[in-house]
Amino acid sequence: MTRRSIHKQASTGLPSPVEAWIDRYRHDGGLRQFVVYFAFALILATFSIILHDDGFLSSSNLLNIGRQAAPIAVMAVGMAFALAAGEIDLSVGSVVALSSLVAAEMVGNHGFLIGVLAALGASVLVGVVNGLITVKVRIPSFLVTLGMLGIISGIARNWNDLQSLPIRNDRFSGLFGAGGLGPVSSLLIWIIVVGGLGHIALHHLRWGRHVLSTGANRDAANAVGINTARVKISALVASATAAGFAGILLAGRLSIGRHDLGEDYLLTVIAAVVIGGTNLFGGRASIVGAVTGALIMAMLNNGLILMGLEVADQLIARGVIIILAVALSMREAKES
Amino acid sequence: MSMSPALVAVGISKSFRAVQALDDVSIELHHGRVTALLGDNGAGKSTLVKCLAGIYQPDAGRFLIEGTEHRINSSRHARELGIETVHQALSVIDPLDVAENLFLNREHTRGGWAGAHIGLLDKRRMREECTATLSDLDIRIPSLRRSVGSLSGGQRQAVAIGRAVAWGQRIVLLDEPAAALGVEQTQRVLDLIANMRDQGVAVLLITHNMDRVLAVCDQAVVLYQGRKCAEVDVPDVTKDDLVSFITGARGTG
Ligand SMILES: Nc1ncnc2c1ncn2[C@@H]1O[C@H](COP(=O)(O)OP(=O)(O)O)[C@@H](O)[C@H]1O
Ligand SMILES: [Mg+2]
Repeated sequence: MTRRSIHKQASTGLPSPVEAWIDRYRHDGGLRQFVVYFAFALILATFSIILHDDGFLSSSNLLNIGRQAAPIAVMAVGMAFALAAGEIDLSVGSVVALSSLVAAEMVGNHGFLIGVLAALGASVLVGVVNGLITVKVRIPSFLVTLGMLGIISGIARNWNDLQSLPIRNDRFSGLFGAGGLGPVSSLLIWIIVVGGLGHIALHHLRWGRHVLSTGANRDAANAVGINTARVKISALVASATAAGFAGILLAGRLSIGRHDLGEDYLLTVIAAVVIGGTNLFGGRASIVGAVTGALIMAMLNNGLILMGLEVADQLIARGVIIILAVALSMREAKES
Repeated sequence: MSMSPALVAVGISKSFRAVQALDDVSIELHHGRVTALLGDNGAGKSTLVKCLAGIYQPDAGRFLIEGTEHRINSSRHARELGIETVHQALSVIDPLDVAENLFLNREHTRGGWAGAHIGLLDKRRMREECTATLSDLDIRIPSLRRSVGSLSGGQRQAVAIGRAVAWGQRIVLLDEPAAALGVEQTQRVLDLIANMRDQGVAVLLITHNMDRVLAVCDQAVVLYQGRKCAEVDVPDVTKDDLVSFITGARGTG
């Protein structure tokens, strides 16, 4: 620091790292921060017992859950930044479809790298437009992104007359879904990579701290000179980019681009993020929690199917579980 | 130290729709002096502070900082001009820890590419300097790693004050900084103010406590319904004088 800085140790004596951690843990919500991990363990244990004979714990089924979770987890990481900044992105599902179509179109015509960059570029563009309208025109992001959801869905439906576009590129399919490192699916690796990058960005980059500050207390962030408008735009870009990458993962796994990929992901993603301990109204976020939330959602989906529920019953059961889980985690948040 | 006043504001006016919060207010802050800004609730004190801190743009008026005219375009600009502020609504960020708040938007980043281009934080260095600064200022916080939201009102206020004092090189504006503090902590804030004054900082203090004004302030400016109704040297007046200015019963013209 500057004038008044004397670089001496505090006379009171610094607490050891362990003491500091315990102190922090006790005062920053205690056990409540770990609700999502208990829930994960509880659901895993429950399904393991009641669905034992249906092969819930078989390695192929667990791998299946991981594959299902990958796009949700990636979108959840992006959404966590949008929520942390005090905004929300309802357009993510449509960006998944757009990205898959752009990737399919461009990988076919111009090869792997251009295809990936074009898909991500289109997603970034959507995020920039979402952010600019939200910040400059001062329309709440839930309205802007709801409008964008309609626009992008329409574009996606018109893209190839509702038909899917095939992707015939081994490198693309291998890297983004079909392949893997030995027995480990590439999708699981992407969960870890995106989750890790998101965690570092939130906790160890100046940008992440500014996102959190902007969502927690915009006036205070402004007062210290943070450009909160730019921060909000960047958070919406992060969300759209993550959705675009989720679209690439889906396109890779299925080897197609299609207008309805990601269509029904929105509620699942928001539920995953909120269950994971991110505040729906800004200022608190957990990336590891969001990824765990995504695993929970994928596990529920898988378990309900194995239990033999009809599609209609699955929808109802999932809706009820989501509302309950979100209600619970929001109550915890208010208390802490 | 330069001969010109640290900050001169001339003819500042600011209105919010029908409300004229400030009407042609002028004020001078000098290096090594503490100026009290007094007035009843709604007199316009916080609005003036926000104009000086770059948060509001006044409708009329101009600012001279160290004798040079500046427009204070933004809070970032105010900081660059050497103006640090503790706002009445504290500008601390609850989910961040103490060190992160102290260094908010002035973070130390790691050396090398990651620090320069993606803003990878040097958290350890910030915590060490935070510890040193707070102990230097005799501000005691139980743990620097704890989120500020989990601290008591007084401790949060201490963090906000510590930030302004630690960074305030030339001009420090304090909008009711001792509102949530106990007796002992309040005394410590007054000591910090005296300390800054002795080091040549120009301090503006908003308070409702006349004893504090008499104890630590050199001059006082009183606002009444958005207008300056009195400007006095503190040694020349009594507590009763100040109260009668604030209530609008008297003025110095
Ligand atoms: N952002 C604002 N919008 C509208 N009116 C405001 C705003 N800020 C302050 N005011 C009004 O301006 C006047 C002065 O307020 P303020 O500067 O906060 O007074 P003080 O700090 O002296 O109590 C009050 O009438 C207040 O209602
Ligand atoms: Mg005020």
